Amino acid sequence: MGTIAVKILSAHAGKEVREGEIIVCPVDFMMSQDGTTPLTIKAFKEMKGREIARPDRYAVVIDHNAPSPMESVSNLHKDMREFAEKHGATLYDVGEGVCHVLVPEQGYALPGAVIIGADSHTCTYGALNAFATGVGSTDLAAALISGKTWFKVPTTIKLQYDGELPPGVYSKDIALRMCGRLTANGATYRALEICGAAIDALSVEARMTISNLAVETGAKVGLMNCDEKVMEYLKPRAKYAFKGVKADEDANYERTIKEDVSDLGPQIACPPDVDNVVPIEKVAGKELDQVFIGTCTNGRIEDLRIAAEIIGNHKIAKGLRLIVSPASRTVMENAMECGYIQKLVKAGAAVTTPSCGPCVGTCNGIPSDNEVVLSTANRNFKGRMGNTKASIFLGSPATAAYSALKGFIADPREVLE
Amino acid sequence: MKDLFGRSHKFGDNINTDYIIAGKHKFKSTDMDDMAKHLMEDIRPGFYDEIEDGDFIVAGHNFGMGSSREQAPLVIKAAGLSAVIAKDFARIFYRNCINVGLPVIECDTDSISEGDELRIDLERGFVHNITKDTKIKATPLPPVMVKILKEGGLAEHFKKHGGFNLD
Repeated sequence: MGTIAVKILSAHAGKEVREGEIIVCPVDFMMSQDGTTPLTIKAFKEMKGREIARPDRYAVVIDHNAPSPMESVSNLHKDMREFAEKHGATLYDVGEGVCHVLVPEQGYALPGAVIIGADSHTCTYGALNAFATGVGSTDLAAALISGKTWFKVPTTIKLQYDGELPPGVYSKDIALRMCGRLTANGATYRALEICGAAIDALSVEARMTISNLAVETGAKVGLMNCDEKVMEYLKPRAKYAFKGVKADEDANYERTIKEDVSDLGPQIACPPDVDNVVPIEKVAGKELDQVFIGTCTNGRIEDLRIAAEIIGNHKIAKGLRLIVSPASRTVMENAMECGYIQKLVKAGAAVTTPSCGPCVGTCNGIPSDNEVVLSTANRNFKGRMGNTKASIFLGSPATAAYSALKGFIADPREVLE
Repeated sequence: MKDLFGRSHKFGDNINTDYIIAGKHKFKSTDMDDMAKHLMEDIRPGFYDEIEDGDFIVAGHNFGMGSSREQAPLVIKAAGLSAVIAKDFARIFYRNCINVGLPVIECDTDSISEGDELRIDLERGFVHNITKDTKIKATPLPPVMVKILKEGGLAEHFKKHGGFNLD
């Protein structure tokens, strides 16, 4: 019978949907950011849109290029502010944070919901049992006007992670392992259902790191179960009513992949592909010029805590730059209250405004030619951070923090075991 | 829909949207003609100057993977290219192409070489390699997408129907 994806879409379409079928269904929440909103506004106007069907269910986030580093960007930001104001949408302006951290934190990402965002990492909210996926600007504009979008109902690949993660190994390592195993197009057009004892043991925020990387396997969504931890997380923040959706016992999966993570070590994605994943031993010792901790993948409070604890009272390696971007204002405030920011700054880190910046190569840390970067982000394509001649490795916040102290890619288990 | 004629520009597997148009360019403006000059510049510098109106991008697996940026299909269009032919596509890019009215054709591209003269028959779903005198069968587009594409994209569809009218 039904997978989580089929059941959520059936509930929204008002009929039993089948895998492969194309449906038009209502959308519960919508989001766009400064790389995609300008084209959304353009499409909205072309479509003769007059008003947004559900303005209380739409957030506009200025995060990708914030604060603006140039005049042309400033003018696009201004258009976004005016659009949000005119139509009654919620605006998260410069400094509020990264869209995929804000949307769950502010209680908009809810179990059983259908959410679209004009950003590919919208799949992050799958960790909260939401059918959440990235779309382009025109799709978003159509949903703003009609309150609906179309989907091809996906088949589902089930990923079951059993066992217990060893010390020094985190949800990011599971996420990278998933990308390496499925490859960049292993789940194209499919839904992922991610479950198992190792997932249940993770905090809700740590789970988001895994759902965040679902799109790097080509998947449409990275769905997880709505358990007590999710309910607890949502209690103080849920903005609208919701109902968690469970897969039926006899749900039909295209494939099931089971893996025990008890022996998993830190994983690294090597340039220039996210699925080019190796155990850390293969690249340990690689000299680094810059380490970046932040992004919608790993810029949450837990990530900064792990980084600050590893950094302790040490200084980062000479000649290395450590850039830290807390992923939201709330994360930054919490991290200041807990003393994490102070620790990181004293160690030599440059802390930026909560934003996407270096991850997308817009500002705040573009590497120079031939430099090597270790980042906690989700993409390491050539040129991703703004320079095609730099190379980017991806790892967990623990790996990033420990490597920043050493000056080269280093295994955090050395200090955590 | 009329047949499309043009030459092939060949690319490999997993061409991502950062390669199609880098983040550093896409955030600056919404002027696609200007942005089009940077099409594929990180992996094939000077590509824009090689393009003649109507030409095609011909690629391997998973074309357009990565970000949701609609600038990717828009700059391909703005550069004068008339369609993308690949073994398969990443899903957001695929949707975006249909939505902005850029035809996408899924077929085996191994036998197509750089510079081959091609004709695409969208209605009947095949690519005719004029240079090699071969025909390659394509995966037919679902009727919903044919409808949006025929109307010139989703914006035109909405203008015409005032909302979704896909049945």
